[in-house]
Amino acid sequence: MQFELTNEQKMIQEAARDFAQKEIAPVAAELDREEKFPAEIVKKLGELGFMGMTIPTEYGGGGMDTLSYVLAVEQVAKACASTAIIMSVNNSLVCYPLYEFGTEEQKKKYLPQLASGQKLGAFSLTEPNAGSDAGNQQTTAVLQGDNYVINGTKIFVTGGNMADYIIMTASTDKSKGSRGVTAFIVDTKWPGFKVGSLEHKLGIRAASTAELVLTDMKVPKENVLGTPGEGYKIALRALDGARVGVSAQALGIAQAAFEVAVRYSKQRQQFGKFISEFQAIQWMIADMAVSIEAARLLVYKSAFVKDTKKYFSKEAAMAKLFASEMASDVTSKAIQIHGGYGYTRDYPVERNYRDARITQIYEGTSEVQKLVIAATVLKEFAQ
Amino acid sequence: MRIIVPIKQVPNTNDVKIDPKTGTLIREGVDSIVNPEDLNAIEAALELRERLGGEVIALSMGPPQAADALKEVVAMGADEAYLLTDRALAGADTLATAYCLSRAITKLGDFDLIVCGRQAIDGDTAQVGPQMAEFLKVPQVTYACKLDVVEDSVVVERHLEDGFETVKARMPALVTVMREANRPRYPSMAGIRRACTEDVVHRWVATDFDAEPWRIGFDGSPTWVKRTFTPPPKAPGKRLEGTPRDVAKDLLKTFTEKNLL
Repeated sequence: MQFELTNEQKMIQEAARDFAQKEIAPVAAELDREEKFPAEIVKKLGELGFMGMTIPTEYGGGGMDTLSYVLAVEQVAKACASTAIIMSVNNSLVCYPLYEFGTEEQKKKYLPQLASGQKLGAFSLTEPNAGSDAGNQQTTAVLQGDNYVINGTKIFVTGGNMADYIIMTASTDKSKGSRGVTAFIVDTKWPGFKVGSLEHKLGIRAASTAELVLTDMKVPKENVLGTPGEGYKIALRALDGARVGVSAQALGIAQAAFEVAVRYSKQRQQFGKFISEFQAIQWMIADMAVSIEAARLLVYKSAFVKDTKKYFSKEAAMAKLFASEMASDVTSKAIQIHGGYGYTRDYPVERNYRDARITQIYEGTSEVQKLVIAATVLKEFAQ
Repeated sequence: MRIIVPIKQVPNTNDVKIDPKTGTLIREGVDSIVNPEDLNAIEAALELRERLGGEVIALSMGPPQAADALKEVVAMGADEAYLLTDRALAGADTLATAYCLSRAITKLGDFDLIVCGRQAIDGDTAQVGPQMAEFLKVPQVTYACKLDVVEDSVVVERHLEDGFETVKARMPALVTVMREANRPRYPSMAGIRRACTEDVVHRWVATDFDAEPWRIGFDGSPTWVKRTFTPPPKAPGKRLEGTPRDVAKDLLKTFTEKNLL
């Protein structure tokens, strides 16, 4: 077992840290306060190769391994969780399924633009009545000649109002349930595509969350991703990868709050002492340090398993479950160490705490992760 | 355009702490970085290459781990990198360093421009660039905050204490740039991959660049360091206390007394 990063991974981590601390951290609080999508930052991230990191270079990607990607997401999330999820979506939920399931033609047409950040991607599976029950798609796609005609409403689409292309699911055969779901590559300039309302959220406020309204939107047959009926499987596979990204995001958020809290405990005095000298604070610091480290090992391990090309659903679900629960706990403790100040917007832990909460919900709730883990474990014990 | 950029790996002095007992720098556990103004030199060279074509060659002298600094600038976009690394080079002062670098540059062949950072954050001498120009017998323009190439000359805006100066020098020439010259780019994924997967750093020992043995390393260094010390900390400033109204009044009074307002 090897716990040392390669030179390449260290350089990527350093480049991501440098960029995140210099270009993103100084504006993160403002982006959050004003619910401002970080379009300029995302463009720069794309130019540097952070928007399609694991895509091979022949399709304009970074040609990096998943651990490098995870290290980068962690650093970006440490500065701004909103930017990190925009990055994670484009990498894991857009570029990855396009590369894995796209035809050569689709890959050549879409990947170079998406992986270089010239175009932004989004992923749209969720509907008002298809959340954890994502197979229950009410949006329909009906084949008419050479086009599918899509009608319906999709919700909670990260960056849906900013995206150029969207990987979108719709039911092509309701009688088949989740096996009648098909994935499409949708160009947001097509007639019939409309952005509905944007959500006002507790956290990750700079990463816009859009409703999409589709009215007789014609999608050419050649824009089916994979085969008709394969959409739900593609979405689940993409989500496995995205869980690794979100677990890294949770890790970065927690690390940010932890570092601020430890520094604060060494400056803040009460009863004539630095509060870091009190056991009550030390215990919190110890618990935070241990759980962050444990999460980090799970997150890096899930990235490692993904790169071995083995089945990694269980590892991804474990990393995402543990890291997201950890992040909510650690950011809560970080506020506790700050006392009343931590509850104000003058300190970044307030934002960290709000941002951490979503990681327990999106890309599958904690409860869904447990279902995935239990199902895999029970299968491993099959007679 | 063939542009050569000599760089130096230095300890990250932002991280360096001072041992309170001995008053010396604690260097253990301190990261090494590329000297900040050398990154400005790389950026200036890359911008010229993007506009005019050609190549950017990075050059450094140091222990084997200085290859990391060269890899970093390759990740930013430098085409090639050479590291002068040899036990015989150890203990070099600025003169011996400038001699070795200029020998290596001669060995690399014709060039149009050498771009250096103004000075290194560990030594703060700002001598190696000018000394190299003397060894190579080319014009030198220091403290550049802007540079451009017009026909066969480099046009440099110099930042001086009391103003600006524009200087035109026939190429080949050497320019040292300041922090204000530009904002160095971040390494890209493609650059990092190239820096890590290919053997991009060529290593040269003293005989590879025809250095005369008496002019290199400790023996070739006439500088004698008499004493190094940490300057005493500045006296604490004046602290104004009282209600915000009193403090504001006192502050205004002080400003007026010192003719700052």
